[in-house]
Amino acid sequence: MTPGGFPATFRRVRRIRDAIEDFGEMLFFALDTLRWAVRPPFRPELILVQMAAIGVGSVFIVTTTSFFTGVVLALQANYAMRQLGAEGYVGGSVAISLARELAPVLTALFVIGRSGSAISTEIGTMRVTEQIDAMETMAVNPVQYLVVPRLLASLAMFPLLTMVFDALGYAGAYLMGIYVARIPEGPFLEHTRTLVDPKDIFHGIFKSLIFGAVVAVITCWRGYSASGGSKGVGESTTRAVVASSIAILLVDVGFVLVTVGSGK
Amino acid sequence: MIRVVDLHKAFGANQVLRGIDLEVEKGTTCVILGGSGSGKTVLMKHVIGLLKPDRGTVFVNDVEMPKLEGLALTEARRMFGMVFQKSALFDSMTVLENVAFPLHEKDRSISGKELRRRVVEKLEVVDLAESILPRYPSELSGGMQKRVALARALIHDPPVVLYDEPTTGLDPITTEYVDDMIVGAKQRLGVTSMVISHDIASSFKVADKLAVLYDGQIAAQGTPEEVRRSQHPHVKKFLSLWFEKQ
Ligand SMILES: Nc1ncnc2c1ncn2[C@@H]1O[C@H](COP(=O)(O)OP(=O)(O)OP(=O)(O)O)[C@@H](O)[C@H]1O
Ligand SMILES: [Mg+2]
Repeated sequence: MTPGGFPATFRRVRRIRDAIEDFGEMLFFALDTLRWAVRPPFRPELILVQMAAIGVGSVFIVTTTSFFTGVVLALQANYAMRQLGAEGYVGGSVAISLARELAPVLTALFVIGRSGSAISTEIGTMRVTEQIDAMETMAVNPVQYLVVPRLLASLAMFPLLTMVFDALGYAGAYLMGIYVARIPEGPFLEHTRTLVDPKDIFHGIFKSLIFGAVVAVITCWRGYSASGGSKGVGESTTRAVVASSIAILLVDVGFVLVTVGSGK
Repeated sequence: MIRVVDLHKAFGANQVLRGIDLEVEKGTTCVILGGSGSGKTVLMKHVIGLLKPDRGTVFVNDVEMPKLEGLALTEARRMFGMVFQKSALFDSMTVLENVAFPLHEKDRSISGKELRRRVVEKLEVVDLAESILPRYPSELSGGMQKRVALARALIHDPPVVLYDEPTTGLDPITTEYVDDMIVGAKQRLGVTSMVISHDIASSFKVADKLAVLYDGQIAAQGTPEEVRRSQHPHVKKFLSLWFEKQ
């Protein structure tokens, strides 16, 4: 018998059922968002505001972390490859892992911490203070007004920030590779060119687009379904951050299984 | 016209409304009285379709609100203005943006200047100066927030207005302003309104019809005079406590 006996088991079953129900509701919420996204009125000014919020909010953390990720990757790769006499491949191998994996995934995780939590808190606060109800009574659909701009802004900014991550990460690797590890510049760049296909970069950017959608839907939904005052908002923000981080990693594993696993 | 038919609503085991029947004629004002937690706000949220009934229904100008979903519900809301009990102003927007919001969203071609003019005009009615336009709700007192919320609910001249405790937290002079505003909206624009109130003096002044909510049902309804003569024990107690004080 499980610790706590039957009542604990029942509670656990109910929790699982609630989680499944919540997931289903979130899918409907996502569909609803898509429906309202293609309906007038369109509010480009709100999308710009959200793009600025995500961009300005996350650009600092993305630039610093990407640069240092590149630095560390280059040094580690150099350490490993030098033993094989293959240090010329450091640039290429770093670039590939940045483009395909690290840039989209780390960007997503940092943006979740910085902007995703803000989205969830803001919408959650509007929910528990009845601002969302008030908006509804003014014949404005809150999904269209609040969620659609955040989704579209995420779809634009995640790839953009991922590209920034790619570029600065490679810059960090280049500086370390050439000036610290003293790898000859010619092979460093040449092997980057031969190893990295534009396809790899597009692969990463496409992933970041999916990540943007996943993060926007999860963080907006957690805020939208918040209840129970400021404590409830805090809880929903925590759940938003945890759930979207896990979702990113799961989606990423899915991607890897489908693409690398099948040799594409 | 607002018509509530056999409205039932429970939250879990908490049976809040158990069969409400209420009619508010077009162009009249109905005041809902009732103790704290008696379900006044819940009733009002059914009228505007924020909550769905377990049983029964609500008609507003012949539109059956609980039946509506999505776009149709959003469209139907155009006939309403609603003042929330806790104001529910958008805290990321200034007073100007808050009050202009319903108007701007209704007709996006209205110029900024025109919006501002109409906002100032409505703020004057609730005795607020133009100087608060750039302020954020968090920089206003509770009473000022309430008045901004009133201005916001009325800015687009809706035919049906729902007021959830519009005068709670206001001083007697401002209360008088707001009462006059409710009566004025009815007389000038033929507005149909539903007012939740704790202020019995105000209620008797603005109401064409009074309804007392008790135990999930309407304990008494009718003209203020009729309700005053009601024999329902709770209603008698509710009113006598107040009249004794006068
Ligand atoms: N969204 C909700 N979820 C669960 N219970 C609710 C909800 N809204 C209201 N209730 C319950 O319904 C009952 C009536 O609430 P309501 O807000 O309508 O009271 P009220 O008459 O407006 O009181 P007051 O004068 O204090 O504002 C209360 O017991 C409240 O706990
Ligand atoms: Mg109430």
